Amino acid sequence: MCAMRPEPGHEPGAGSAGEKGIFPRQATPRQEDPGPSGRQGAASASVWDQPGWKAVLTPDEIRRALTRIAHEILERTHGGAGVVLLGIPTRGVYLARRLAARIAEFEGTPAPVGSLDVTLHRDDLRLRPARALQRTQVPPGGVDGTTVVLVDDVLFSGRTIRAALDALNDLGRPRSVQLAVLVDRGHRELPIRADYVGKNLPTAYREKVRVQLTEIDGADSVLLGEPAREGEEDR
Amino acid sequence: MNRHLISAGDLSRDDAVLILDTAEELASVGGRAIRKLPTLRGLTVVNLFYEDSTRTRTSFEAAAKRLSADVINFSAKGSSVAKGESLKDTALTLEAMGADAVVIRHPASGAPRRLTDWVSGRVINAGDGTHEHPTQALLDAFTIRQRLGGGGALGAAAGHGDLRGQALDGIRVTIVGDVLHSRVARSNVLLLATLGAQVTVVAPPTLMPYAVDSWPCRAGYDLDAELRKSDVVMMLRVQQERMNAAFFPTVREYRRRYGLDVSRMALLPEHAIVMHPGPMNRGVEIAAEVADSDRSTIVAQVANGVTVRMAVLYLMLGGAAEEAA
Repeated sequence: MCAMRPEPGHEPGAGSAGEKGIFPRQATPRQEDPGPSGRQGAASASVWDQPGWKAVLTPDEIRRALTRIAHEILERTHGGAGVVLLGIPTRGVYLARRLAARIAEFEGTPAPVGSLDVTLHRDDLRLRPARALQRTQVPPGGVDGTTVVLVDDVLFSGRTIRAALDALNDLGRPRSVQLAVLVDRGHRELPIRADYVGKNLPTAYREKVRVQLTEIDGADSVLLGEPAREGEEDR
Repeated sequence: MNRHLISAGDLSRDDAVLILDTAEELASVGGRAIRKLPTLRGLTVVNLFYEDSTRTRTSFEAAAKRLSADVINFSAKGSSVAKGESLKDTALTLEAMGADAVVIRHPASGAPRRLTDWVSGRVINAGDGTHEHPTQALLDAFTIRQRLGGGGALGAAAGHGDLRGQALDGIRVTIVGDVLHSRVARSNVLLLATLGAQVTVVAPPTLMPYAVDSWPCRAGYDLDAELRKSDVVMMLRVQQERMNAAFFPTVREYRRRYGLDVSRMALLPEHAIVMHPGPMNRGVEIAAEVADSDRSTIVAQVANGVTVRMAVLYLMLGGAAEEAA
């Protein structure tokens, strides 16, 4: 697989200076939903300066969608007993926390929240440089025998969720696993569907969906755009 | 961009912090029911050890196995090397077997560097002669950050804060002992300096390298004075096999001037930790009571060795085989 390519410039002690590094690095680990094409994150910051993004969900709509999902979770799980919310980093974690806060508010029973990093279980690791890991934090009670609700921002190819199911498998044996997403944009490549959907958003394959949340982006919004082809690494 | 890990000096500050952060996340795998990740499934890691080692070899082996890589252990004893095979021929054999990474320990300084010309996989230096041992330095840095980060000398609030992204700025590290022959010392000086620590090496004059002036550290000869202003003291093994070369008169004299015993440990600041890369000579460079005290991180260092090596293997092998454009 790899052509022999001895690199110049790693004389021992050559110093720590400059751009070089042993490991290739992504700008930001996760932008939107994955997918074989979806987000080769590198363009992340600059994408925002480009025109052509339009808001498809307002902060109020996001708030209402989450409130509805929280109610649906309570309904489907008969009051939320034994529910553990696991957010998929980065933005799924914040969504999971918001859902947990609502569940606590509506029903008075706090739902344990955690995060589940799926990087090490992805099927597209070899397609791009090694990526920084995000935090995996399982609530103290663990996941055995619970109803795990995976929470992510955008559902696209379904590959992230497949990876999440594998990752979850190594953590324990939940009684059942459900999926909540803020946006379902279609184009599934695996037999996976969400149990709770904030908004079904018909998109073209090459369009990009970006979820912004107050916790890290300063404001809530869901944007749809078609970034310029130039500079993209996709395919 | 480098493909290999030969020297701790190859690592930029960002690289080093990324490795520590990755290790931080991977540490939780060790505490789970299923200590295995599928990440490096189908890749082959060869442990090529021309020198004896228990800790480093088993630690690399455990790290590779936890990431589901296939591991081939190759030690010079009992192999064709004993029949006189050269490093190059061995390398070509490994190449033919399709090694994706070669972890090499060799008595000759520079052997891993040479190996990079002969194999297409990635080469990780697991100790070469008196040159370097970069993964040991990484696990030492990880241990320092774990014990002193988020509190103590790193300044932030006490308790276990989020260590991610933190380097070791301002931490005062004193490395004591046989600096001349120590690859651990060389790698640590380079890496810890890269991470912003203030490093001092202390050694008997006969065991201080000539070129120490060109290292990114201070050199000192008075252990007691240095201990008072250290957050970390790292004791190096006295390489007993070199005792006949008369680098110091007697073990007793060495112990008296450069050994860490209980009374010396009392000179350290309250929060300071004692490290040792192992294997220890109890009663020579470090007293048994010190090695077994709360301040000693020697056992933690071994445990951290596996997670740090997992991080290195993941970052070197987990991504695209060829660097992206």
